[in-house]
Amino acid sequence: MTTEAGSKTEVKEKAEESAAGPDQSEQAKQEHQEGENAVREEKEGKGISRYLPTWFKKPKSQSQTSPTKEVQPTEEPASKATKEEEGPSPDVNGHAEEVEEKEEVKSEQVKETEAETHSNTSADTEPAKGERVEEVEEQSPEEAKETKEGEGAEEEKKEGQVEAEGNGQTSVFQSPLRVVRKTKMKVIVCHVTLLDGTDFTCEVEKRAKGQFLFFKVCEHLNLLEKDYFGLIYKDNHEQKCWLDPTKEIKRQIRSNNWQFTFNVKFYPPDPSLLTEDITRYLLCLQLREDVASGRLPCSFVTHALLGSYTLQAEFGDYEPDQPRPLDFINQLTFAPNQNKEMEEKILELHKSHRGMTPAQADLQFLENAKKLSMYGVDLHHAKDSEGVDIMLGVCANGLLVYKDRLRINRFAWPKILKISYKRNNFYIKIRPGETEQFESTVGFKLQNHRSAKRLWKVCVENHSFFRLNAPEPPNKARFLTLGSKFRYSGRTQAQTRLASSLIDRPAPSFDRTSSKRISRSLDGAPVISVTAAGRDGAENGRDPHLELHSDSKVSVSQTEAASAENTISETKEPEKMTEIEIEETVVIQEVSKATKAGLVTVPPSPPPPPAAAAPPAEQETQQQEVKVQEEVVTVEETQQRKQESVSSESESEEEAEYHPDVPVSLCQTQIPEEKEEEEEEEEEEDVEPEKEVEEQVSPPVALPALAEVSHPEDETSQEGVCRKEDADENKEQEHETEESTDDVMVTPDEAPDSPLLSEETEKTAPSEEKEPRVNGEALLVEVDPRPQVICCSEPPVVKTEMVTISDTFAAQKTEIATKEVPIVHTETKTITYEAAQLDGNGDGEPGVLMTAQTITSESLCTTTTTHITKTLKGGLSETRIEKRIVITGDCDIDHDQALAQAIKEAKEQHPDMSVTRVVVHKETELAEEED
Amino acid sequence: MAGLMAGFGHYTHALVRGVPASLTRAALRMQPTEVDLDMARREHEAYVELLRARLGLEVVELPADESLPDCVFVEDAAVVCGETALITRPGAESRRRETDAVKRALKDLNLNIVEMTDENATLDGGDVLFTGQEFFVGLSKRTNQRGAEILADAFKDYAVSTVPVMAGLHLKSFCSMGGPGLIIIGSSEPAQKALKIMQQMSDYRYDKLTVPDDLAANCIYMNLPNKGHVLLHCTEKEFPESVKMFEKLKDYMLIPVCNSEKVKVDGALTCCSVLINQKANI
Repeated sequence: MTTEAGSKTEVKEKAEESAAGPDQSEQAKQEHQEGENAVREEKEGKGISRYLPTWFKKPKSQSQTSPTKEVQPTEEPASKATKEEEGPSPDVNGHAEEVEEKEEVKSEQVKETEAETHSNTSADTEPAKGERVEEVEEQSPEEAKETKEGEGAEEEKKEGQVEAEGNGQTSVFQSPLRVVRKTKMKVIVCHVTLLDGTDFTCEVEKRAKGQFLFFKVCEHLNLLEKDYFGLIYKDNHEQKCWLDPTKEIKRQIRSNNWQFTFNVKFYPPDPSLLTEDITRYLLCLQLREDVASGRLPCSFVTHALLGSYTLQAEFGDYEPDQPRPLDFINQLTFAPNQNKEMEEKILELHKSHRGMTPAQADLQFLENAKKLSMYGVDLHHAKDSEGVDIMLGVCANGLLVYKDRLRINRFAWPKILKISYKRNNFYIKIRPGETEQFESTVGFKLQNHRSAKRLWKVCVENHSFFRLNAPEPPNKARFLTLGSKFRYSGRTQAQTRLASSLIDRPAPSFDRTSSKRISRSLDGAPVISVTAAGRDGAENGRDPHLELHSDSKVSVSQTEAASAENTISETKEPEKMTEIEIEETVVIQEVSKATKAGLVTVPPSPPPPPAAAAPPAEQETQQQEVKVQEEVVTVEETQQRKQESVSSESESEEEAEYHPDVPVSLCQTQIPEEKEEEEEEEEEEDVEPEKEVEEQVSPPVALPALAEVSHPEDETSQEGVCRKEDADENKEQEHETEESTDDVMVTPDEAPDSPLLSEETEKTAPSEEKEPRVNGEALLVEVDPRPQVICCSEPPVVKTEMVTISDTFAAQKTEIATKEVPIVHTETKTITYEAAQLDGNGDGEPGVLMTAQTITSESLCTTTTTHITKTLKGGLSETRIEKRIVITGDCDIDHDQALAQAIKEAKEQHPDMSVTRVVVHKETELAEEED
Repeated sequence: MAGLMAGFGHYTHALVRGVPASLTRAALRMQPTEVDLDMARREHEAYVELLRARLGLEVVELPADESLPDCVFVEDAAVVCGETALITRPGAESRRRETDAVKRALKDLNLNIVEMTDENATLDGGDVLFTGQEFFVGLSKRTNQRGAEILADAFKDYAVSTVPVMAGLHLKSFCSMGGPGLIIIGSSEPAQKALKIMQQMSDYRYDKLTVPDDLAANCIYMNLPNKGHVLLHCTEKEFPESVKMFEKLKDYMLIPVCNSEKVKVDGALTCCSVLINQKANI
């Protein structure tokens, strides 16, 4: 019920905003206020706040209820005093406060009241924004613009204050809290099991997002270096899943079991580089558990050694006079197969640690634990192409393949061009070796699509965290990510290191839990900094750039289990309900492309017949296309090119791709993810009936400009965002994702040489070849793999095309209609044309962002967002203009014409620039989207 | 201090075994050849003397067993890493009993003994390359997957990767460690292929020293107090071209060791000893 209400409200908000949209000034003000608040917080805050990511701070300042203690101080010292006052605090916002019982909360409320007076406006409006952002990504670009602007402003301000954040994500994060406010939601008690085994209970509003809870926990723990951690919940199938901070908790857990565990999510390869002892301590706790449970296997000797450091850290020096320490030792668990002999050994080693402080002992513990071969490796059960049971391990360096205990293969991140999943298949596309001409794709079969997706997400996150400098560029991210929902939203390791290097609070004191006799807090303990310099595996010479395309068409079948069963036929016309047939036939394939060798490196090399479309596109396309198409596709592929081994991909219900190589500098990762099933599902659930109706109606609610892949003729994207960049700079990251959910976007990019391009090209090219199957013919036709020169005369432009079609829930649609289950269907097609310049691989260096601005204009059925960024790379300054045109309307709109018009205009407006990329994104919503 | 992966190449003890007279006619070999027993014994004595006198290791010498013609090649009978010794189950039926004496000797050295009892498992120590960070196990005529799994179980701290051995008897028939992070590798195609696989499977980056002759790539590396890097390698007489490559190793104590007779029965330098680092008890 709540959900519905919530959704409605949101909608309203949107409306409001859109209305308000025009006046940016207001927003600006609001934001301004926010900014101020944030500033205050920082000043007053214990100092911690400074280091907190903007998004973190914001919420606090604005949301009365925000758990953070910092907030309190922020506003006014008086607030503390107020804590005592219990009276239901008057809240500004109303809902949240009621719930709170905590003293802190109360105090906060008081503050807030005050604070709010200042920032009432902001509070109200903002929430909407926050949500919008998300929505925007998924749904309507129009709104997005507004948000962007606003956020942009905010970000700037904040950035000034907060170091190292730099993520555009801020906005996303902020929203949750605010949103909560508006709708008075029920408060729910969450139970979080901490690493020391204790339980932390807190209340959150029913619609709170994951990060809200996470921050509460971190606050409770007094943890600043929190990016290495995360919350885990168990899904309905008892599988452990990471709670996505950017999404509502309720939608993720899907049950009434609000139980979580706080865990290490990314194991720092070099724990000595962590700034605070408390962080190391928490990591130690996690590892002790890992070791004791056998998850982190180690030898007898190592068990003993690690155990001895644990004793030293928790109990201090060995004291001979103490009666038989063995008595307590056997109450502690050090190893799965602990025995007397081991305990003796532990005690013996413990004696040798005399004089070591707890912090030092923890560090020694970590220095040894990090060398264990399974340290930080997240294992997933799978089967190889022959049905043999294997384990896939995701870690900082890449993907490991184990059979029993033996490592039988390893794929370093730099070797991986694309990570995708389709149904219960998980694929990685491998960069050809020095002597190989062709890329290959390795497939693994997972238990079900949920596990495939989970694995995929873990890969995306680990790659992003460990290999990227920054998640996604804030600006572009929006454009790019329109359709995709999932990507790594937190800070990368590089960012978190930078941020934590700025921590200057006095070492917080904390008790090491199990210590019974001595609680030596580390305070004061000399921090041993063992500098481990380059910890990174050398192998990666290349910059980690990720393109994350996750186009998941996640048509999430309502039940994962059902996935196989579902038949999804996609109709070329979005409006119609598409049924997706899921064929499980081809599950695991190793495909080596025989065909064109050249493809690998050079994007320009014309991929085989038109059929080859950008990889992501393929899949997506598939979805959209009707079954027929799929079939056709496969056929075509086979016929046309032998290269690809036809994979079953064509029919993907849920798929997602992620391209790990993105030029670092650019950092623009495209992670188009499709909506996650979960969300979608949930959404669907939540979505309510209303939407359903629409769905049934069939005609897509909003047809964004559609470029239909099916028509070969439409070479150029029809609608979409056009990006123009100066031809000169090449390096750009062109990979933006092309998936926009709702609308079609054409993005012409210019950066000719941009590394991205090269990468993309590589990716695309290969993908095309291999995976052509995905899309029906049409796609192929339209998009020639070959780089085509975009109409513009300018610099040599090669078109790379990525056609992405993602249908969400397409499969379900049909069924839905029948069943009445509310399902949201979204079909998305994205076609990208890129200029072909590729050299750029080499340029990995990140440019310096000089300026960025966004301009939005609207007309009847089109919304144009222009995003201009100036970047300084090397000695060159590069100006890139991205124009996103969203055309909203019914199918009758002539998309081709619209596209042509858009391109024409773009050229006219910027004659000196070349169009490097055109992305057409067509999205049809069958059902409502989550609002 | 105990400490994981500390001190690669540090050794205090060496286990060796005498050359039985039966070696000349009964020892297994890939190519039929004539072996000069006296010569083989002289070479072996020189080898042992080198370890003991010049390098200062505590040498434990087991007597030869005439019923075990290959018993001099003790490396195949046990894999020692840190304080753990895995007693293998040699791939050649005729060699299975070699492990008995080896096991006793290692036990006497206070190592934790792990035995390979699974009858489906085979493993020759010559197929096990320990790099200091991880293990590579060659899947060869003598070693199978199950053997490798058991090894992985015995040394849980380390990653254990398998490498197919396409040519030669053992993995170490064409490679060995030449120092921390340095792999000495033969230049034959199978050797190079194996190296590629090892590089791909590893989280670490290894340097490589390629020598023209595969057999010359089998060397013994030690890092000894007061001596620094020590490399026992083939003689110039045997492999002149390969020896030149070793001379590129700066700051190494290079010691040519003649192994011309044992090599006829596929016994390389590493085959003739099990090196152990026994920590002084704290």
